[in-house]
Amino acid sequence: MTSALLVLRAGSAVTVQDSGRFGYQRLGVSPAGPMDPWSHRLADRLAGNPEGSAGLEIGPGVLELEVRAERVRIGLAGAVRTVTLDGRPRPWWSALSLLQGQRLALGPAATGVWSYLAVRGGIALPPVLGSRSTHTLSRIGGLQGRALRAGDLLPLGEAEVPGDLPDLVLAAPPEPVDGPIRVVLGPQEAWFTEAGLATFLGAAWRVSARSDRMGYRLEGPRIEHARSPNIVSDGIVFGSIQVPGSGQPIVLLADRQTTGGYPKIATVIGADLGRLAQTAPGGSLRFAAADLAGALAARRHARERLEAAVRSLAPIGGGGTLEPAFLLSVNLVSGVTAGEP
Amino acid sequence: MQTTHPDPRRPRIVPVGDSAILIELAETVDPAVNAAVLALDAELAALALPGVVELLPTYRSLLVHYDPERVEPEALLARLASLDLAHPTARPEGRLWTVPVAYGGEYGVDLEAVAARHGLSPEEVVALHTAATYRVYMVGFVPGFTYLGGLDPRLHTPRREDPRPRTPAGSVSIGGVQAGIASLEIPSGWHLLGRTPVRTFDPERTPPFLLEPGDRVRFRPIDPANFAELDRRAAAHDPLIAPEEEPRAAPEPEPQA
Repeated sequence: MTSALLVLRAGSAVTVQDSGRFGYQRLGVSPAGPMDPWSHRLADRLAGNPEGSAGLEIGPGVLELEVRAERVRIGLAGAVRTVTLDGRPRPWWSALSLLQGQRLALGPAATGVWSYLAVRGGIALPPVLGSRSTHTLSRIGGLQGRALRAGDLLPLGEAEVPGDLPDLVLAAPPEPVDGPIRVVLGPQEAWFTEAGLATFLGAAWRVSARSDRMGYRLEGPRIEHARSPNIVSDGIVFGSIQVPGSGQPIVLLADRQTTGGYPKIATVIGADLGRLAQTAPGGSLRFAAADLAGALAARRHARERLEAAVRSLAPIGGGGTLEPAFLLSVNLVSGVTAGEP
Repeated sequence: MQTTHPDPRRPRIVPVGDSAILIELAETVDPAVNAAVLALDAELAALALPGVVELLPTYRSLLVHYDPERVEPEALLARLASLDLAHPTARPEGRLWTVPVAYGGEYGVDLEAVAARHGLSPEEVVALHTAATYRVYMVGFVPGFTYLGGLDPRLHTPRREDPRPRTPAGSVSIGGVQAGIASLEIPSGWHLLGRTPVRTFDPERTPPFLLEPGDRVRFRPIDPANFAELDRRAAAHDPLIAPEEEPRAAPEPEPQA
């Protein structure tokens, strides 16, 4: 029998995501990929996968799965949820072994929005244009290019899961970072007045309910344009902040369009993308300007936080830290970095 | 603050966050500018700079996506600034495609309104739309959506004030000075003149894409009976069209958007 996970119940926004679909933006193909890339990487490391493997991104709703394999190894990271295995509570930020017929249930996100379930060996759906990431608007990737629903069967890649592998939990999960979302201004900052730039950097912005994987709309004071709010379309990146004629900014995220015709006032730095994506509708945030050097330092810091979290893995229920040799044996310290956003 | 009117010989090169660099040649829709963008795109692709993930050419700029864990962004910025951008190497000629279109009626619900707006008959609109040879400036928004320049000025039409939440896949439309071919069902404020059975994007076909930036496009009217037959073939992953070889003339300037 092919190893698989059977979906028993899924909220509206559960999709298969790897690190994203790169190389085809010139032909209009959105990279998709995880909304919170750092949590996606951490889930992979917990499952013992190379970073960027195909796993599940779980939106605010619930997820219930049944194991259709002798034994699978999963990693859980991102927005914290309740976890039960056949009704018995298990911890979040964990690496768990699941057996044939067991049922895993994840509750709704307590704080944040996006959670990640990685499974050792990855989800083995056929790649489209080199990636298994789901882009629902293009109807490609993942399972038939759509969000998952009850009855879906997810085939798993081949992976060895030793029977004596203990269940583990992060003793020191990544701590929440406070403070403003850092941005590099531009590339069209000159399309805004000085007052408009001051509004952008000074105001508290509320995440609109009209927000999804394509982008988060922000509500607040009107940002003043110095010129027309239309430009000749140019390229978009993960975290581009465009300001249409309404003066209300839109942060473009994982499912972003490749090009756009509104001036972009700033770009969210890579280190803070996940933090922004985890701000739920109704939540508020502020922006602060950074330069390229600051953005790169923040990125190195985010990488260090991830590695420190992985080093804190310990058996569930105490029992001290694990020997480096053991960590190596479960492939936790040999993560491959691929597909950085 | 950076100038917003870059000299095409001295492009504006700026970081876009910490994972991309924008090389902006101009702010206008101009075939010569777009040709320079595509020449630069080809030159950078040939250089295969370490850490560069992909290149995204648009109407008038090139976005260089990189992996900051594989290349020092300041070094990449300096490398791009050192390129002789004023004299990009000539690019091979774009290919010429002829795309079949069923005009009007259920295929192009805005044909009559566009004709009325410009004091033309629907037949005259079709004649003007099929007489032009268009340039593929860019493929963007969604996979395979083809942005075309070269629309006859008599057909320039401002976008709808109330964009439609859904327009059919294959829609052949006009918006402002542009023309387009939609690959998927998308929201759009452009005016729908007709529909092509050609799938400009089909992930289950080899190749998945047909039209690329720099290519040229002509339209050929077909009748509804033809459309149904071609549509069946396209559904079975037949590309329906193939490029023709033809020498390309130097780009002509055209009105700005």
